[in-house]
Amino acid sequence: MADDAADIGAGEVEPEALREPAPETLFGLPVTRSHGQVVLFPSREEYPALLATLHEAGYHQVVDLTGVDYLVHPGRASLPTDVTAERFEVVVGLINHRERSRLRLRIQVPASDPRLASAFELYPGTEAMERETFDMFGIVFDGHPDLTRILMPEDWIGHPLRKDYDSGRIPVQFKGAPANR
Amino acid sequence: MTTTHDAPPSGPVERTDEGAQELTSADVAAGAARLIERGCVLRMSESEAAVASEEQVPDDETMIINMGPQHPSTHGVLRLMLELHGETVLRCKPIIGYLHTGMERTGEELTYLQGPTNVTRMDYASPLFTELAFSLTVERLLDIEVPERAVWIRMLMTEMNRISSHLLFMATNGMDLGAVSMMLYGWREREEALRFLQEVTGLRMNHNYIRPGGVAADLPDGWRDGVLRLLDMLPERLQEYDTLLNQQPIWRERLQGIGTITAEECLALGVTGPILRATGYDWDLRRDMPYLAFDQVDFDVVVGSYGDCFDRYAIRLAEIHESMRIVRQCLEKMPKGDYRIQDKKVTPPPRARIDESMEALIHHFKIFTEGFKVPEGEAYCAIESPRGELGCYIVSDGTSKPYRMHIRGPSFVNIQSLPHLMHGGLVADGVAIISSVDPILGEVDR
Repeated sequence: MADDAADIGAGEVEPEALREPAPETLFGLPVTRSHGQVVLFPSREEYPALLATLHEAGYHQVVDLTGVDYLVHPGRASLPTDVTAERFEVVVGLINHRERSRLRLRIQVPASDPRLASAFELYPGTEAMERETFDMFGIVFDGHPDLTRILMPEDWIGHPLRKDYDSGRIPVQFKGAPANR
Repeated sequence: MTTTHDAPPSGPVERTDEGAQELTSADVAAGAARLIERGCVLRMSESEAAVASEEQVPDDETMIINMGPQHPSTHGVLRLMLELHGETVLRCKPIIGYLHTGMERTGEELTYLQGPTNVTRMDYASPLFTELAFSLTVERLLDIEVPERAVWIRMLMTEMNRISSHLLFMATNGMDLGAVSMMLYGWREREEALRFLQEVTGLRMNHNYIRPGGVAADLPDGWRDGVLRLLDMLPERLQEYDTLLNQQPIWRERLQGIGTITAEECLALGVTGPILRATGYDWDLRRDMPYLAFDQVDFDVVVGSYGDCFDRYAIRLAEIHESMRIVRQCLEKMPKGDYRIQDKKVTPPPRARIDESMEALIHHFKIFTEGFKVPEGEAYCAIESPRGELGCYIVSDGTSKPYRMHIRGPSFVNIQSLPHLMHGGLVADGVAIISSVDPILGEVDR
């Protein structure tokens, strides 16, 4: 069938029905669906511009922003083929109240340079969530006004949700509080 | 630096310099930074920023004080750094993490069946909601649908839990504002609601009742009487609250017009739940993005109009009535059938089978030791908890434990609105504002 189409198609316009259906796009990015939920994979560079577009399009609230460390599970099946898998992924959930729809962005962040633009300017609500992601994964958000640890003590070493952070082996760290007696 | 570890952490762990978490002193913070902290991480238009920057406060007349983490009206271990000018709050910075126990990390070490025992301890005032969010996400990853009866049991139980959570808010809100009798009344009624939850799940709190695949046990005999007793008792008691609080001038004075916020600011700050609805923004996930069977019950979404502390209080009071309406419909429509899915992959065999069948015993053992495997993928499910949007994001790598389990806690996000709500108010109003945001610190810190 495919061969026939190629024969006929030589020098002619390919019939509409035989062509691959054009991939569904949203805001210039191919749409992927994960269990019925719409997921986009912008690159690090596209991310700030995409947020501005989304804000214009009615996605007024970032409900969730978190990170995932894919260190020991690099070959995840859910990635489209044209996206290079990196160690870290920042997952951003947006909501459009008017259309009652949700959108999820998954941005690949390499381990060698764990940086991403902050969404703070457009969505001030990401302040605490970006701090948490920084605290737990060590991903630096450029443009964040106050990127400090939020859940862990400020002199804590390491980022606890990274997969190479040993859980259960490190004794609990405390600040050197002087003993009462 | 003086940390006490016996052995250095194995593997490459980067040493980081995160800076202090505290509020910088006013004379150190540059103008812009002060604006961000004061206007509270809120996007201001240029004209607003110009007005705000003209608000000159002499640096030597302000004072930074510490409220909490042991302050009784901070609902646990919330700590606030306040910059005061006299009695007026200029800047405020919530400092959290005192209850952080790494539950998201723990969630990666537990199987999907053990997961609810972990997440239920996050929001300890409404534990069934976190269990529900977790279970819905796992079920979405498994692509299974739970039986009708399980859906309705979940609705009944979560709405009962919403009632008990809002009653707890009534009690603590009263206590924070000095209405101590309200505290006792609220606790008394909450205890009745918890009694029902205990009858069904065996525990007052941290139920571990809603699990992937259904619920842990069927409703016990006589559950209808328990529900009806509560439904008969509550309207009268809520009427008492109305008489005691709504019609009391002191109560109104202390709440009306305090801590106002607009819908735009709520959306920008990511705030959801009663705080968002108090501004008049009509948004409730139960109606707008229905889960379970909320599209089959009849209820109203209560909204306020001023976005102040009083609206937030009144909305929660009214939501108790709405939850009672839903519970009544659950009573009428409760279908017969199974309370958990009969999928051998997820559900252990019944106890009686174990005594007679070797395979059933092995199957039972495998499910409870190794757990069931969840196909690779990722999903996010959100529900409307008493505090706002409660979401769960799970990444599965195909094994029996989540690769990553993240809970989007409404309290964690809502607490960001505190600096904005408190700016320009009095310290005494700060207590009313913290109370009206109703943060549960277990969920904030996780």
